[in-house]
Parts: sequence; C-alpha cells; structure tokens
Amino acid sequence: MVNEREVKYDEFARFILPVGPVHPALKEPFHLKIIVKREEVLDVELRLGHVHRGIEFLAENRNLIQAIYLTERICGICSHSHTTCFIQALEEVGGLKPPERALYLRTLIFELERAHSHLLLLGIMAYQIGFDTLFMYTWAAREKVLDLFEEITGNRIHHAMNVIGGVRWDLTPKMAEKTIRVMKDIEVTTRRIYDFFRGETVEKRLSGVGLLSQHDAHELCVVGPTARASGLVFDVRKDDPYAAYGDLNDSFSVISKKEGDSYARTEVRILELFELINIVQAALDRLPNGPINLGESPVRLMRRIPRGEAISRVEAPRGELIYFVKTNGGDGLERLKIRTPTLANIISLKKMLIGCEIADVPVIVTSIDPCLSCANRITLVDHETGEVKVVNADELRRKKS
Amino acid sequence: MIWEALKSLFKKPLTVQYLTKPDEKVPVPERYRGKISYNRDACIGCLLCIRTCPAGAITADERKVSFSLDRCIFCGQCSETCPRKAIEITSKFEIVVYTKSEIASQ
Repeated sequence: MVNEREVKYDEFARFILPVGPVHPALKEPFHLKIIVKREEVLDVELRLGHVHRGIEFLAENRNLIQAIYLTERICGICSHSHTTCFIQALEEVGGLKPPERALYLRTLIFELERAHSHLLLLGIMAYQIGFDTLFMYTWAAREKVLDLFEEITGNRIHHAMNVIGGVRWDLTPKMAEKTIRVMKDIEVTTRRIYDFFRGETVEKRLSGVGLLSQHDAHELCVVGPTARASGLVFDVRKDDPYAAYGDLNDSFSVISKKEGDSYARTEVRILELFELINIVQAALDRLPNGPINLGESPVRLMRRIPRGEAISRVEAPRGELIYFVKTNGGDGLERLKIRTPTLANIISLKKMLIGCEIADVPVIVTSIDPCLSCANRITLVDHETGEVKVVNADELRRKKS
Repeated sequence: MIWEALKSLFKKPLTVQYLTKPDEKVPVPERYRGKISYNRDACIGCLLCIRTCPAGAITADERKVSFSLDRCIFCGQCSETCPRKAIEITSKFEIVVYTKSEIASQ
C-alpha cells in the first residue's frame, strides 16, 4: 500500500488567478493576471490588445469624410464625442467656423450621449453587485434617451450628426418638446436611482472598495469621473470650453468627491446626470436661430482644408478625449493620434486593485467605466518566450521597412 | 421595493410588438436611415458618392453607380454628397435576403 504523502499547504502560497479575457467585468475583452494570497490581491498585471483594430492606420488611408465615419465607430457609446473632437480639429486646421446653432446642437447631442452612457454604467454597476432589478430599472430609462436619438438623428448609436462645418440635422420644435419631456422623466428616474444607491445595501457594498487617493490620481493623470471622484476638480467643459459650453458655463458645475472609492465614482456619475439635465434645458432655452451648417457641398469643404496640424480635446462621458490630427493638404490625413479616456484611466486599476479582495475585482473594474476597444494598442509579444517588448519609434520604423 | 414590484406587475410592458397590428410594423421615426433608393435616370455620373462612401459599398457601373447593400453602413453620406439628389435614404428596414446575388440586385 502506497503511503499517502502528507501534503503541506503553504499558508502563504501565491496563486495566479486569470481574470478574462472573456467577460472580465464588462462584455469587452481584456486580461487581468491577478496574484492572490488567499482572498487578497497582491499584484496585478494588465494585458490589453485582444481587440486591436488599427483605426489610426486605417484613417491615414482614407479621405477626411470617410475618416469621420471611421472615428465614429471607435466607440459604440461615445460616438458623438469622437466625431466632435475630430471635426473640431479639422475645422481648426481649415479655419472654418460653424454657425452658433450648430454648436448648440452639438452640445445638446453631446449631453444626451453622456446621459445614456452614465445610465448604462449605473446599470452595469448595479448588475455587478448583484442588484439586477436596479439594472433593469436604469436601462429602461436609458432606452428613452436612445429613442430620442433615433428621432433626432435617425439612429440610436451612430448618429452621423456631425459634418465638417456644422451638423446635419436640425431640431424641430416638436423634438425640442420631446427632449424636455424625456429629460423630466430621466430626472425623476435618476432621483429614484439615487435613492437606491444611497440605500444601505449598495453603499455598504461599494464604499471603501478600490481606493484611489488624490495624489495617485494626479500622478497617474487619471481623467473624467474617475479623477473627479478622487478629489481632482477637472473638466474640459469648464476649463477649456468647446462647442457651446462657453455660453452655457453658468448652467452647470463640476461635480467632485473626496472619497476616491467605487461609491464616489458611482455617485459622481449620478450627480452629473442632474447637471447634464440642466445643460440640456439651458441649451434648448438659448438655442439661437439660423443655419445649421456652412451650406457648401461636403466634398468642396473637404478640399478647402489645407496642410496643417491641430490638437483638439473634449470631455467625453468617460473623461478627456484628445485627438491629434495632421492633414496632408490633399484630402487625406498624414497622421491621426487618439488618446481615449480609458487609456488614461486603465493604469489606475493597478493601484485600486492591490490590497482588495477577489470579489471586489469586477466591481472596481466596472467603476472606472472602461471602454476597452478604444484603449487597445499594439503590443509586441515574443512568440516563443511570451515576453512582452517595448520598442521605440525608430525600432518600429525599422521593423516596418 | 415590494410596492414597486406590485406596480410593475400591472404596468404595460416597455417592449413593443414587432407587428403592432396583423400587417402593420412598428412605426419608425421620419429620419430613420434604412435602405437606399437610387434614381438611375437622375444620376449624372459624377462618382462623388464613391469617393465619400466610408464603407466602399458603391462601385462604378457603366458611367453610373451600383450599390452593394451588404457593405453599406447606413450613414447617409452618399445622399448628402449627391448633387442631383439621385440617392435617397428610405425608412425601409427589412432588407434580409436569402442569397448573396439578391443583395447585388437590390
């Protein structure tokens, strides 16, 4: 009879727990290698790159009008932010000035988009903590905003609202009325959602989870609601107004919380929902009359854009979005560089996750509202050893040739 | 919470039927972007739509154009570019066909 060897489990054994790439928190692929000791997370390694699409390179092979639709498809949630940011840069290069009404309409769609993005995240947040009723409740409200989009722009997600030098569709009085009605509905629902989130169940689950101190948030250049929940007061809409935000400056304030945990990040988004309802109402009140675009054919406008470069930034629902655009003087792009908010935020996950428990991982990942297909970049992985390499621009150019 | 659940029990569902009446579909908004309708006689063959189509869904065809709807992303750029308004976006959304050749002939 074989003696059963006595197995001694090391009390402090480390274990690598893979989270993802299939459905780590949201339905988007990214890989977290978590080193755990019992339930505690000791170290985290982030791996992106599962949905790299090469958008920047694709855009360089297209003309400007085609690139607008390509940038719109970077994100399925903040599609309007991407086109606004891109077109602002183009207009700066070409010296085109869109009419006032167009800027107001851009702002209006922008804020409605923020509404549906924040409601989406609040729903997912509720779903992650196992509160499915609240998830359904939140998404029912989001559906109203999407229906409104379909009425104003003709599509629920990819609005195709922006054109060079203005917007494509005007807002009729009937639609303005409906927008106000929907906003009132959303306000009532958001109050209800806020009550649920302030309730004991949710608060106990979320407060103190995934702490990010103000110092760390500042060091890691975190943006958007994630930064504002850690005590940084930073909002592109206030600090560097674009579109009609300069005129609407008095209708909203920047929400900021000191706590820096998942609860604060959720609360910032709920309070921002109230702020954006104010912006939408103010924008509709002050909507000027006049043309909505420059009235020229899009091909002619595209040809008027000379060789040049510009940087443009907007406050997308997830944070600051930056575009660097360099046109080639013909009708194409020489270089397009996109810095999406998730790319800035995702590094902070490491700080938040270390020291937490395994069960908190999905909650923390959701709380920064990651949009991963926007954040994927090329990683060079050695096929045989699995080693990840960092190369500089010269080396990459040599590899290409 | 229980009050909310009871209220929901007697509320009309948020979802809508695909057929609201036996032969009537869900109404779509006026600006809905569906299938493209192309007026071949009005087309002057400037081919600007080919240059601006982001999906490469339009090809030249005997000095006019033809559309492959399987590539179309329904952005509406071609109808905006067209100087003679030969391309229009209709609100037709049932565009499923059985074979690939049927898409080409649409």
